[in-house]
Amino acid sequence: MNYARLLRHLLPALSMALILIAIAWLNPRAISYFGFTLMLNLAIPIALATLAQMFVITINELDLSIGTFVGFVGCVTATWLRDAPLLGIAVLLGSIAVYAGLGALIHLRNLPSIVVTLGMSFVWQGLAILLLPQPGGKAPDWLLAVMGYKPPFVPFPIVAAVLIAVLVHFGLMRSSYGVVLRGAGGNAQAIGRAGWSLLRTKVTMFALAGVFGVLSGLALIGNTTSADANIGNGYTLLSVAGVILGGGEFVGGRVSPIGAVIGALTLALAASPLLTFMRVPPDWDVGANGIILIVVLAARTLIGRKGA
Amino acid sequence: MSESKSSIIELDGVERHFGAVRALDGIDFAIRAGECVGLVGHNGAGKSTLMHVLAGTGIADRGEIRIGGTTESAYSVQRAHALGIRCVFQELSLCPNLTVAENTRIGHAALKGWRWNRRAADLIMAQLDEIFPGHGVLAGDVVGDLSIARRQMVEVARAFTVTDEPLRLVILDEPTSALDAHTAGQLLSFVRRKVGQGTSCILISHLLGEILETADRIVVMRDGKAVASDAARSFDRDRLVATMGGARELAEALQGATDRPADAPLMVSVQSNGHGSGTQLIAREGEIIGLAGLAGHGQTRLLLDLFEAAQHHRSGRHGAGTVVSAPAALVAGDRQTDGIFPLWSIADNIGVGSLKALRRGWLISAERERALAASWQQRIGIRTPDLDNNILSLSGGNQQKALFARALGSDARIVLMDDPMRGVDVGTKLEIYALIRDEARRGRTFLWYTTETDELDNCDRVYVFRNGSIVAELARHELTEEKVIQSSFAESGM
Repeated sequence: MNYARLLRHLLPALSMALILIAIAWLNPRAISYFGFTLMLNLAIPIALATLAQMFVITINELDLSIGTFVGFVGCVTATWLRDAPLLGIAVLLGSIAVYAGLGALIHLRNLPSIVVTLGMSFVWQGLAILLLPQPGGKAPDWLLAVMGYKPPFVPFPIVAAVLIAVLVHFGLMRSSYGVVLRGAGGNAQAIGRAGWSLLRTKVTMFALAGVFGVLSGLALIGNTTSADANIGNGYTLLSVAGVILGGGEFVGGRVSPIGAVIGALTLALAASPLLTFMRVPPDWDVGANGIILIVVLAARTLIGRKGA
Repeated sequence: MSESKSSIIELDGVERHFGAVRALDGIDFAIRAGECVGLVGHNGAGKSTLMHVLAGTGIADRGEIRIGGTTESAYSVQRAHALGIRCVFQELSLCPNLTVAENTRIGHAALKGWRWNRRAADLIMAQLDEIFPGHGVLAGDVVGDLSIARRQMVEVARAFTVTDEPLRLVILDEPTSALDAHTAGQLLSFVRRKVGQGTSCILISHLLGEILETADRIVVMRDGKAVASDAARSFDRDRLVATMGGARELAEALQGATDRPADAPLMVSVQSNGHGSGTQLIAREGEIIGLAGLAGHGQTRLLLDLFEAAQHHRSGRHGAGTVVSAPAALVAGDRQTDGIFPLWSIADNIGVGSLKALRRGWLISAERERALAASWQQRIGIRTPDLDNNILSLSGGNQQKALFARALGSDARIVLMDDPMRGVDVGTKLEIYALIRDEARRGRTFLWYTTETDELDNCDRVYVFRNGSIVAELARHELTEEKVIQSSFAESGM
């Protein structure tokens, strides 16, 4: 592995380290068990949504519906999953099946995923509003218990992030079928010519996106305890930003699950706490995220150019 | 051609159509175990389509495929793999984002489970070591980081690896196009060894020498049919070219260029700024000037400089030592990156060189553009049912013809050619040579950089390049391959 590539791989971790250093410098007390639990509270749902997006990006597609999908899952979780668990589970499984079906549709009809998922984002949003016209509902108790778990020494969000990252890393980067899935993003024709089903890769990846979207919605409601039809709207672009920040690329099957999780954590860290410490109004969160994204991407391009 | 029972695969009257184009027009083909068949023909003769049908990646519209005597009703890629038929495609079929070992896994469904990565790495490295000793590839290298030559080596080696499926036939489509002479030799001698052990092989190449040396039998294709099939030793270069349909033009090509009066107007003059003898490059109206020498010794640089100077000429400025006295057009060598607009139609690709002439008011006249494209389709023989089709629907040689049409259709009096015949078959080449001479007779000037010494025969005068400067000028009658090579190397020996 050459020097430039090593640097590129380390870039997500470096940018997160920089944010942590800034936080520590502004408010040393934030670097503690309690501080991290608080700051990374929302990092887990973001990381899960980012991984969902990453699966779709791996095969050169884009999911513009993941945000409203997370919101829809949140509304189901805060209502049916608590009041009528069987119905809730059936709806969530059904929504994963819809995701898989979208993958099949996009492949078979050769449709642009951006258009299909943009349309679906309104569908999910509408369903969420029908289900929960006003903010409310309540998370199931078991979910609150899971998300409120306090492991010794290391805060729960960090434990969860490491677990998720390692799991997906082995599934996508090390398993033998993961190679085929990534290959479908790198050179779909080559995968087809080797006798693999491209339909299956698309369906698998969209189904995985659905699974991680559901997990993200569950984690989100486990944190916030109640839902709102618009709760996940910001996740669409946040998830894309997380994938790219983590070293992924829009085309070519070049992604990194570990990087994506780090990217999501970076975005979560950079959002409120840092700016609050700097006495910047919270309305500027999104702007801060944007600036981090541009700086990291610029650094990446610079490294790439030197390496070339 | 449905002869003996030992044929491992037989095609009987196979047809395949793309719109109105009959890529395969009822072809019969068979190959025996332990036989190496060389497949030659023009670009667009149907070689690649035939190969896709054999590999299961293209479906025959009509006809029969028999394997081991039994008719295959639902032939597919999976079926071909299970039967031991592999294919190395002309455009590389590796995933650039994966490592060498991971790409090997893509080719083998059996490489799964515990430690699949280790097994894939061992498999591909052993095969690479066997075919290309000293290849310098590591199993963990990401394919996108490898040079084109090494990617081709990996792809060829992968086709010969064996896990649980048998290996009976390997189809190699232009397997040496990115390899240098040494590695190409390694590959061809490996193919001979493998064929000796009973594996069959189909070799497609534009380098007729490779085919004549390596194949047992040669099949010549023309217009989607097999027009000849005979033992390789019964062919020689001339008979091959003649059978492919290039005989008529060949005689004409060797006739050479017409004489030019020495006082024709000067079109290009370049004062060589090198430290050598400082030979001046001069091109007069109607001349074909060859630029020779080893690849990368400044020929392309000169063409680009001249092209830039020609644009300054339009705006009235001049570079020092370089005089270009007419508009110029450039025919790029690497058509994929520098030549074609891949999303545009054939007509658009031809017309883009003459936008000014096609204008009516502020807009481009669609009729004039179509008329220009149609007239050049006639003259240059671009094989397509419809000029509004995407440029990528053409075969490689026909794409190159479209690029020539773009340059020749423009108002340029000087045509700069940057080794434009790379990957173009003999028949198309001869057609283009004839066209160039024809245009030269009408007063166009050509500056032609080529890496193929044969092509210099078409030139009135040849300048040999070394280290960015001109080291020799050879007139047509004193031109021999030895002289060019001598001049290319001269000073490095002193």
